[in-house]
Amino acid sequence: MMNIDLGHISLLIGFLLIIVGFWGVLTQKNIIKIIVGFSILNTGINILIVSLGYVKGKTAPIIDAAVSQGVNHNVVSAVVDPVPQALVLTAIVIGFGITALMLAYAMKLYSAKKTLEINKFNDLKW
Amino acid sequence: MNKEILFIGIAIVIGIVSIVFSFVAIHNKKLSVAVISAGVVSLFASVLYLLMAAPDVAMTEASIGSGLSTLIFFYVLNKIKKSDA
Amino acid sequence: MLRNSLLALVILALGYMFLNVYTTYDTRTDLSATMNSGETIAQHFASKGAQEVGAANLVTAIVVTYRGFDTLGEVTILFLTASIISFFLKLKDEESDSEIVHRDTSELLVTASKVLIPIIFLFGIYVFMNGHLTPGGGFQGGAIIATGVALMILSQPNIRLNYHVIHWVESISGISFVVIGILGIILAGGFLDNKILGLGEFGTLFSAGAIPIIYSFVGLKVGAEISNILNKYQKSQKSNDAISN
Repeated sequence: MMNIDLGHISLLIGFLLIIVGFWGVLTQKNIIKIIVGFSILNTGINILIVSLGYVKGKTAPIIDAAVSQGVNHNVVSAVVDPVPQALVLTAIVIGFGITALMLAYAMKLYSAKKTLEINKFNDLKW
Repeated sequence: MNKEILFIGIAIVIGIVSIVFSFVAIHNKKLSVAVISAGVVSLFASVLYLLMAAPDVAMTEASIGSGLSTLIFFYVLNKIKKSDA
Repeated sequence: MLRNSLLALVILALGYMFLNVYTTYDTRTDLSATMNSGETIAQHFASKGAQEVGAANLVTAIVVTYRGFDTLGEVTILFLTASIISFFLKLKDEESDSEIVHRDTSELLVTASKVLIPIIFLFGIYVFMNGHLTPGGGFQGGAIIATGVALMILSQPNIRLNYHVIHWVESISGISFVVIGILGIILAGGFLDNKILGLGEFGTLFSAGAIPIIYSFVGLKVGAEISNILNKYQKSQKSNDAISN
């Protein structure tokens, strides 16, 4: 039994949420359900990125009394990796923007054809 | 040593609840139940970010992913239901 | 039948790739590089960040100063999203006096929101002004301000928000962000350098150069944009087939 750790568990959670979200996008017929699946996929990817920056046993990257800078304490050996957190901060806001845009498209599609099933929209099929 | 085992236990509970609710979000027939389940997944992800020592990301996910996203879904559901009847 | 088996094949291939990564993953024990040798970028940020930038929150220092271009791109994408949604959900008769038909809002909600809304705005402004000292920053503060506006809309569904205030706040914040960046080129090291004001004493409110000012503008812009999106969604509930084609 290998060493199970917080990093392993969150990596597994991220992978499973990505698989469930992907499957939801590929198999559902209702447009709103497809957008819900996309939102779960987005959450899974962000968990994956943050869990790759986790260092075992260290604390948050904010310099205060717990992680003071000076001769005795060293900031480098007391914090987790701050770079993936900065990237995920931007990614969450952009994911919200994409979801809001997709829902506006869904409203326009419904007002044009009065149905929400994706198989009925075959105007562009050859 | 004790704190690490506590964190691993909480993370396992969070993981099981997240996966169960994500299945409910995809499979249930009612749309409002699906939307609320997606909000619950986002809320538990925010707690998981806090366990992994990322407080900035936890605040952002809780306010944007769990609060505003669910609100916008319900606006669209209300509009669809209103022009149905 | 063929479609179902192809879907199962795709999901199984994805699961196999993830299993491969999961079995060869070891949790990191320090910030050093896993494959090559040398100083990683995280070590450089952690050791030199407090001296060079002067902010106590390392994630804020990275988002505003070291990777400031990514923040500029993200602000641009949010602006594009808000303008596309405004274009799509345009009503036929924008200024008509028709009211939204709704149930009576409960008195509990109306009374409680009168107490809570100023406190929510104050908390949002506190979060983005202290972004360089405690966890928080521009995006979180802007989202909290947008939540206050959402409470205002929910307690009075026929409210008319002042469009001019929202548009002016958003435009001026965006322009000021770029102007401060260009001031960084003229007066200091490069685009969005924060040494145009003095670095100050570490850990106080007026420290870290121009970071509080930059983050305040980003927070106001994000809050104004999300409030605009919520207002458009609320106004689209007006009547049947009011969305123009």
